[in-house]
Amino acid sequence: MADTLTARVWREQPQRYRMIGNKDKATGKVYFPPRQAVPGNLNPEMEEFNLSGTGEVVACTVIRVAPTPFTDLAPYGLAVIETPDGVKLTAQITDVPVEDVKIGLKVKFEFRRIFEDNDASVIYYGYKAVPM
Amino acid sequence: MRDVAVIGIGMTKFGELWEKSFRNLFVEAAKAAMTDAGVDKIDSMYIGCMSGGLFVGQEHIGSLMADYLGVAPIPATRVESACASGGVAFRQAYIEVASGMSDVVLAGGVEKMTDVDGGMATYALATAADADYEGFHGATFPGLYAMMASAHMAKYGTTSEMLASISVKNHANGNLNPFAQFPSKITLEGVLNSTMVADPLHILDCSPVTDGAAAVIVASLDVAKKLGAPIVRIIGSGQATDSIALHGRDDITTINAAKVASQKALQQAGLSINDIDFAEVHDCFSIAELIVLESIGVFEPGKAGAAILDGYTARDGKFPVNPSGGLKSKGHPVGATGVAQIVELTKQLRGTAENGRQLANAKRGLAQNMGGTGGSSTVHILEA
Repeated sequence: MADTLTARVWREQPQRYRMIGNKDKATGKVYFPPRQAVPGNLNPEMEEFNLSGTGEVVACTVIRVAPTPFTDLAPYGLAVIETPDGVKLTAQITDVPVEDVKIGLKVKFEFRRIFEDNDASVIYYGYKAVPM
Repeated sequence: MRDVAVIGIGMTKFGELWEKSFRNLFVEAAKAAMTDAGVDKIDSMYIGCMSGGLFVGQEHIGSLMADYLGVAPIPATRVESACASGGVAFRQAYIEVASGMSDVVLAGGVEKMTDVDGGMATYALATAADADYEGFHGATFPGLYAMMASAHMAKYGTTSEMLASISVKNHANGNLNPFAQFPSKITLEGVLNSTMVADPLHILDCSPVTDGAAAVIVASLDVAKKLGAPIVRIIGSGQATDSIALHGRDDITTINAAKVASQKALQQAGLSINDIDFAEVHDCFSIAELIVLESIGVFEPGKAGAAILDGYTARDGKFPVNPSGGLKSKGHPVGATGVAQIVELTKQLRGTAENGRQLANAKRGLAQNMGGTGGSSTVHILEA
């Protein structure tokens, strides 16, 4: 994952650092990451929406065979998490033994280091989930 | 739309083929398909390939393959839809012939996956998921399907034994396929004791990393009759998409793209799933075969596991699935897989499947090919 350009890093910062999505004013549906078009509406009126920062595991696994650049981190918990805003997203579960990563686990999101790109000397940050 | 038939098939042996290059593989399969059809000219071709760029550092695959097959200057188009690239290439060839634009078109697929190490292969495959919102967080393909399995188990009580029985069945079939990468028979206990890759999926729940290519020749029915080739008709074709990220789906225990693609293909053929005799489906993981069979209506949601464990989808069962050995045993060179499924359907419908693998009553077969975690899918129905 040898990204040598930092634009790709800072472009995603609002989502990854602050979990900012957007909300369709007409339907009230929240999107994360933010959308420019939604089903049935090419030009929706959207407003910025900050996810509430908590959620519940609805599907999960333990990654034991990891891809570049996560090989040193394995085994790690990974989950699909549903937030109270009606959004589902994928995140690592950390600060808990992998055996305890279970459907129904209540979590909150924290700002963490995700991985390092040694070629580009870039450290990627974002959200990980920890048990509440 | 004109009536269209498959008149030629060819594929390489699947496996770790270190002595054969990316271009060698495609040309070998394409030559075999053209020879089988008895044609020395094609009007155009489509080549399914997921990631020539990441696996061998090569794009511009249409030009490369037309050059090395010796068919330039015909139009040649590389088609990419992750692991459904082959199925989409086949559909493009079908549409081109059905439209009347061309009479004889080659649909092929190829992937050369063993020129990179395991970490890079896992990364390359993970690009079929949402790179910024799944791959960024360390998701792998086994991991994403494992999460589908965890949800299916929680909702329906599906067990690891049910999943393992799918791998056992597919290896029993692949044992009779001379083109299979891993033809060895395996046992339930062997699957359940194999290394855990992403809980609850063991390594023997997962299809392998494979080099290989497959090709078929598609022609108008009129041309097929003039050539005197054995005719297998394409009677239904469907393609659909869904959210690229698994977490974008309302229900992650079903694959809507497979459901919609199958409905479109069946509707075109004027058939229901009960009129189909057998299927090749996209078993990149054991849980994928189970969820696809529920999504395309072979089983009600939550009912597939017990039926599969009971032999319903075995070669001598009521609805044989993956008589080729599937992706699990035959191998999964991702861009080639969708075309290799058509190769198997054609063999079964011609009555020429090797080594006693031939099904007793194969008049209509269905092939379901899938990209990513179900972000795209094709379904084709062929008739003898």
